[in-house]
Amino acid sequence: MGSASLIVLIIAAVAFSGIAILISRFVLKASTNKQKGEPIECGIPTVGKTWIQLNVGYYLFALIFLIFDVELVFLYPWAVVAKTTGWLAFAEILIFFFILFMGFLYAHKKGALKWI
Amino acid sequence: MWSLSQIAGSIHEWLSTTFNPTIALILEMVIAGVAIIGLFAVLGLVLVIMERKVAAWIQIRLGPNRVGPKGLLQSAADTVKLLVKEGMTPDGADKFLFNLAPFVAMIVAMLLMAPIAFAKDFQLWDLNIGVLYVSSVSSIMVISILMAGWSSNNKYSLMGAMRSGAQIVSYELSAGLAILSIVVLTGSLQISEIVQSQANGWWLFKGHIPAIIAFVIFMIAVTAETNRAPFDLAEAESELTAGFHTEYSGMKFALFFLSEYVNVFIVCAIGATLFLGGWMPFHIGNWEAFNHIMDYIPSSIWFFGKTFFLIFLIMWFRWTFPRLRIDQLLNLEWKYLLPISMVNLLLMTALAILGWHF
Repeated sequence: MGSASLIVLIIAAVAFSGIAILISRFVLKASTNKQKGEPIECGIPTVGKTWIQLNVGYYLFALIFLIFDVELVFLYPWAVVAKTTGWLAFAEILIFFFILFMGFLYAHKKGALKWI
Repeated sequence: MWSLSQIAGSIHEWLSTTFNPTIALILEMVIAGVAIIGLFAVLGLVLVIMERKVAAWIQIRLGPNRVGPKGLLQSAADTVKLLVKEGMTPDGADKFLFNLAPFVAMIVAMLLMAPIAFAKDFQLWDLNIGVLYVSSVSSIMVISILMAGWSSNNKYSLMGAMRSGAQIVSYELSAGLAILSIVVLTGSLQISEIVQSQANGWWLFKGHIPAIIAFVIFMIAVTAETNRAPFDLAEAESELTAGFHTEYSGMKFALFFLSEYVNVFIVCAIGATLFLGGWMPFHIGNWEAFNHIMDYIPSSIWFFGKTFFLIFLIMWFRWTFPRLRIDQLLNLEWKYLLPISMVNLLLMTALAILGWHF
């Protein structure tokens, strides 16, 4: 069906979820009370703000991921032609991985891969 | 013998002879949309009941057995129950993002259906970068999870979303490298060509040891990517209530749940396409008689059989391994899986260039 299928799929997804939510809104009997909107934290009142500072580790891993993800995108066109190009492609990827691995080892040595 | 592609072909023919081209195209789109929504709903119901039945079978208990014959209508009853529950928005939540998140999750799950070959010549869009499309669209999933977690005004949700973000982006790398090692062998990113290249045997068997290593890495990585046990830190029930969808209720929760199960189906379908030949029947080299017998089984049954086998495998993991801690999880990816899959990709390249695969 070609690229038109993407439009069909997006419309189908929005229609499906929208109709489901609308139906439930018409069917249900909602009641209101003061404590209903409080966040669920096992019955204990919330302490402080919700948007707290989280462990820096999450961001460090996200940064390293960024490098590797860009590398992965570069690898896709390489992988398609690797078999026909032969040993030249192998040598190239060897050099590429060597440099990448050095960076990885550096990050490892600096302790970026350690969970604090 | 009726096949899915024949049915699609005859519908197309009937529409284009009865109506003028524009109306025929619109009607075709409507039919495709309705069919895919139907597939979604059926997949959700089937996978939920399958999950519960497999769990019961592994734990030697009965599982749901009240609604319908042998409890098969249990998930339909659950859907009706969720339909009459109120979908609340908590006080202090970011209302726009909170309501947008389930839609984004559903759109991503739905978009991933486009390049999957369900049967022979039965595919919504056979685009030439199919595998790249799947891996790029599936990484949008993490945005909907972060959206849901951040906007909920709940610390548990936020922590679950952050964990899930770190986990999904990490495991994307080794899943990508495992996919690439098959792309090196086929020399194409198109799903139909990848399936066609397995006409004389599946890559899992043709690609020797590197293909098996890639398959194992792929299965581990997609289990983590879909947030399933033993990597279900994002919704670790015992510590975070329900992770990023703690505050969701009613239909919005159901949509998250559905998109999660459909994602499991999609990654298993991709795994089946890459390693187990998609809709391609089980062929051995040039054993003509054997291959002909195998061809009698319809291609859609092969595809769904393989996919559901992989789904069963993922459900089996859940009841076999205990949940990991976040630092163990990231160690497993960055210190073991990633270096192994890089070396494995090199091995696979050498193997492909030497022509040692069958």
